[in-house]
Parts: sequence; C-alpha cells; structure tokens
Amino acid sequence: MKKQDNRSYDEFIKGIWRDNPVFVQVLGMCPMLAVTNSAINAIAMGMATFFVLVGSSFLVSSFRDWIPKQVRISCFIIIIATFVTVADYTLLALVPKVHKELGAFIPLIVANCMILGRQEAFSSRYPVRLAVLDAVGMAGGFLLALFSLGAIREILGDGALFGMKLFGDNFEPWVIMILPPGGFLTLGVILLFFNWFKLKKDEFLADVAEAERGG
Amino acid sequence: MTSGSHMETAGPGSLRLVLTLAIAGLISGIAIIGIYESTLPTITANKARELREAVFKVLPGVSQMQQLVFRDGELVAAEELAKDEQAVYGGYDPKGNFVGYAIPAAGPGFQDTIGLLYGFTPKDKLVLGMEVLESRETPGLGDKIYKDAEFVGGFSALSIEPEIVAVKKGTKARPNEIDTITGATISSKAVVRIINETHNEWSVRLPQPGAEPPLGETEPVDTGEGP
Repeated sequence: MKKQDNRSYDEFIKGIWRDNPVFVQVLGMCPMLAVTNSAINAIAMGMATFFVLVGSSFLVSSFRDWIPKQVRISCFIIIIATFVTVADYTLLALVPKVHKELGAFIPLIVANCMILGRQEAFSSRYPVRLAVLDAVGMAGGFLLALFSLGAIREILGDGALFGMKLFGDNFEPWVIMILPPGGFLTLGVILLFFNWFKLKKDEFLADVAEAERGG
Repeated sequence: MTSGSHMETAGPGSLRLVLTLAIAGLISGIAIIGIYESTLPTITANKARELREAVFKVLPGVSQMQQLVFRDGELVAAEELAKDEQAVYGGYDPKGNFVGYAIPAAGPGFQDTIGLLYGFTPKDKLVLGMEVLESRETPGLGDKIYKDAEFVGGFSALSIEPEIVAVKKGTKARPNEIDTITGATISSKAVVRIINETHNEWSVRLPQPGAEPPLGETEPVDTGEGP
C-alpha cells in the first residue's frame, strides 16, 4: 500500500518539477512563446490545456484495452480534438475577452505535442488512476511554466501583473519583453537556470556518493 | 477476447478498426454538436451586446438604435441583412430624434485587420467616438489604439471634412487633426485611414441631414438586457 502511494505521488510530482514538460522536456513551445505576453493569457491557456490533457488522459486510459494499436493515434487525436473544441466554445461563451486575446492558439492545442506525447507514452499503457495523476502533474507543470513566463514578461514589459500597475509612473516598460523576442529571452534564461540547477544537483549527488564510499 | 497472442500475430480485422474509428467519430461528433448548441445562444448574445454597447459608446446621448442598410439607392431600416449588404446603425435619443450613425469599418492594421465602429453626426460632419471591435495589434504597442484613453478620446467631436489628418503627438492644431500614439504610429494612422476610407464610401450614400430614416415602430432596439 505504501509503495503504491509513493508511486502515485511520483507520477504526480514528476510533471511539476523533474520532468516539467516545458523546462525539461521542452515540449509545447508554440503556445508557450505565443501567449505568455501577460499573466492572465498564460493562465487561460494553461487552464484550457489542463482540461484537454486531463480529459484525454482519462478517456484514453479508460479505453486503452478497446483501442486497437493500429488506429490508436487517430483515436487519440479524435479524443483530444473533441476536448479542444469543447474548451474553445466554452471560453468563447464564458470569457469572450480572453478568447479574443488567445485567438488561434486555442484550436492549436490539438497540435500541442505534450498532449499527444502523454497519451502515447503513458495513458495508453497505465491504469486510469495513474494516467489521471500523470496528466494532472504534467498539465500542472505546464500551467506553472506558462504562468511564470507570463508573469515575468508582463512585470518587465508592462510594469504590471494581471493588469495592475506595480511600479510608479516613472517606470519605463521594457517593451521588448512582451514582444516575441522577449519570450525567447525569458525562456532561454529559465532553461539556463534549470540546467545549471540539474548540473549542481548531479555534482552534489556525486560528491555524496564519493563521501559514502570513502567513509 | 480469445487470446492476446492471437491478436498480436494476426491483428484485429479491418472491420474492427473501421468500427472503432467510426464509433469514436460518432461520439466526438455528438459531443461537439452538444457543446455548440448549448453555447450558441450565449455567444450570439455576447456579440449582440458588444455591438450594442459599442454603438452607445460611440454615439453619446443615444438610447435607442436601429439597423439601417443602403438598399436601392436609399437608406432604410432593415432587420435582416441580405448577402453583401453592409449595415450602419442609426442612433436616436430617448425621444426618438436622430442623433447620428454608428458605422462599422475595417481595414489592414499593423498585424491584421482592424475592425472598428465610429459614430458620425451628419449635421455637423463630426466624428463623435471610436471603438475598436477587433484587432490583433501588438500587445503593449499597437493595442494602445483602444487602450490609450487619450487617443480614443481624441475621436470625440473630430471634424472629418475634408478628412481626418493624423499628426505627431502634441501638434494637433486644427479640428480635423488627431495626435498619433508614440510607439504606435502605424496602428494609429491605420485607424485614421480606415475611418477616412469608410467615410468616403458612406458619405455619398447617407441622406441629407434631417432626412434620416425615422426610428421604426416595429423594431426599436432597447438599451436594456438582451434576450
């Protein structure tokens, strides 16, 4: 029982940090760079992706014994595309302003390789509970990554967060941060940090192992 | 399920593959139609409300509106639009007196088409207000054409004869000049150009001041909540 709990926790947490879809796997770059010019857009995109990924993973895992492997990719895409259409219309009806800002990037969630990747690599092979946990973790990691990028870019590029001005009138916004180059710049710096962190962690673990051997 | 190994070697029959995809497609189709049908009323109402709000915003003092089309050489009230017909919206004060037209216009901006609505009073040949309905202008720069209150405010009581002229910020001297936005010169000039072009197109079709179609008894569009 204990072991199973550990397993669930691991499937959930790996998407948030260790295997973060954006910062470690570097997947889903198109929405990542395109809609993170403000924190609210990033969150709306993250939520839509969350809904699509968790819903698709649940269905794919539930039907994994019925879907013949020859047509599995087509079935995954049908399932994903249905959820995307549902998300598209729901956003259009509930929050037309956000939908306007995200524009073409909502339908493009279908082409987010992170989602199809999770179905192929995980949901189609594991029981529903683990598949949903994995999807929640991965989508959560994606949402977190989008939000951090969106928040950094909005704060630096517009001097605001969620549209609220943070600095006085004397703040000169660093406009390039909310333009496409700012997306690449911010993402590059964050990836640099993640790789540096991983390097340091590996070095640390190697030191510990060596010390243990010596002692 | 006879045996997994048999399935591995021979594979499922074509019928099973076709059926799987057909069923998946059917369920997906039903789900999509369901969500479309259930959100359509809200989406239509949202769009109608946006347009109505925009009409009242670009025509101050207006409380009723009706849709007008240019048909057979004159401007008439019409509920339904035929294909290729463009509508303008007549705005009327609470007593039913004509105030001005709200004219939809569209044209290329810096990124993509800018769609906007402007209020126009034929009596004084003045633009009364401007509201951007649709734009993909650069966030933080071009989007100031609707976020910059000073620029949007510049379109109240702006003379459109002979045409609106966009000038550098702070140099507005004549009633037909408007300050462009620093950092969004192209987008603000695009707005001015779109209004000028649309005005030239419509000025020949609009009736003489005073001869506007009266507010129809049948279809007064109320200011209140939509259906």
